[in-house]
Amino acid sequence: MKIVAICGAGIGTSGILKVNAERVLERLGIEATVVAADVASVSAATADAQVVLTSPELADAVGPTNADVVVVQNYFDLDELAVLLERALG
Amino acid sequence: MSLPRLPDAAIELGASAGDWRAAVRLAGRALERSGAALAGYADEMIRMIEEHGPYIVIAPGLALVHARPGPDVLADGLAVVTLSDAVRFGHPHNDPVEVVLGLAMPDPSEHVPTIAALANVFNDAGVIGRIAAARHPDEVRAAMHLQAA
Repeated sequence: MKIVAICGAGIGTSGILKVNAERVLERLGIEATVVAADVASVSAATADAQVVLTSPELADAVGPTNADVVVVQNYFDLDELAVLLERALG
Repeated sequence: MSLPRLPDAAIELGASAGDWRAAVRLAGRALERSGAALAGYADEMIRMIEEHGPYIVIAPGLALVHARPGPDVLADGLAVVTLSDAVRFGHPHNDPVEVVLGLAMPDPSEHVPTIAALANVFNDAGVIGRIAAARHPDEVRAAMHLQAA
């Protein structure tokens, strides 16, 4: 299972999303690879992904994908992330 | 913990910014003062937001501003700016912003520990409020579990 965290630069904010998604997945006992990517490489990065995590502004930039696009409001709220990831993967 | 150090020069408390661009510039200037970036880095951080929107407002009241590594980045750097009057970036849920965190990273392959350390600090929901209320740089460092400069 592959999850892609998207942000503008592919560092920084998507890195935080990646780190926290990994923590939540561990807590939920779900095995998945989480990678961070920028919007420019989104179509390549999400080709084989099940879930795309991103912010409200960037959700439209993700474009056509078979993955579930999950919009995260508070990147530091692990409970919000857990609910979103359980819904997307469950 | 592997956050860059946060010297007094990289902290500005109770600043006034007329709009989000001015707020980002303050963070750019703080990174410049601490020797982490050149003046042009502020323009690059602003351009990221103009291009991709205010996605950098990643939690209520907090903007994490940064740009890609480039010639304007001199060293790993962290800057904290708190605003006397909160500023709107245009984020649907997390506006207005009281705390602007500036980040400069010369080498993207080495940024993972820094980002993980940032997540460790801010996963505590009270930290943003404690930084916003700080009246002295020591209080900011204490809120972020950073050693004295």
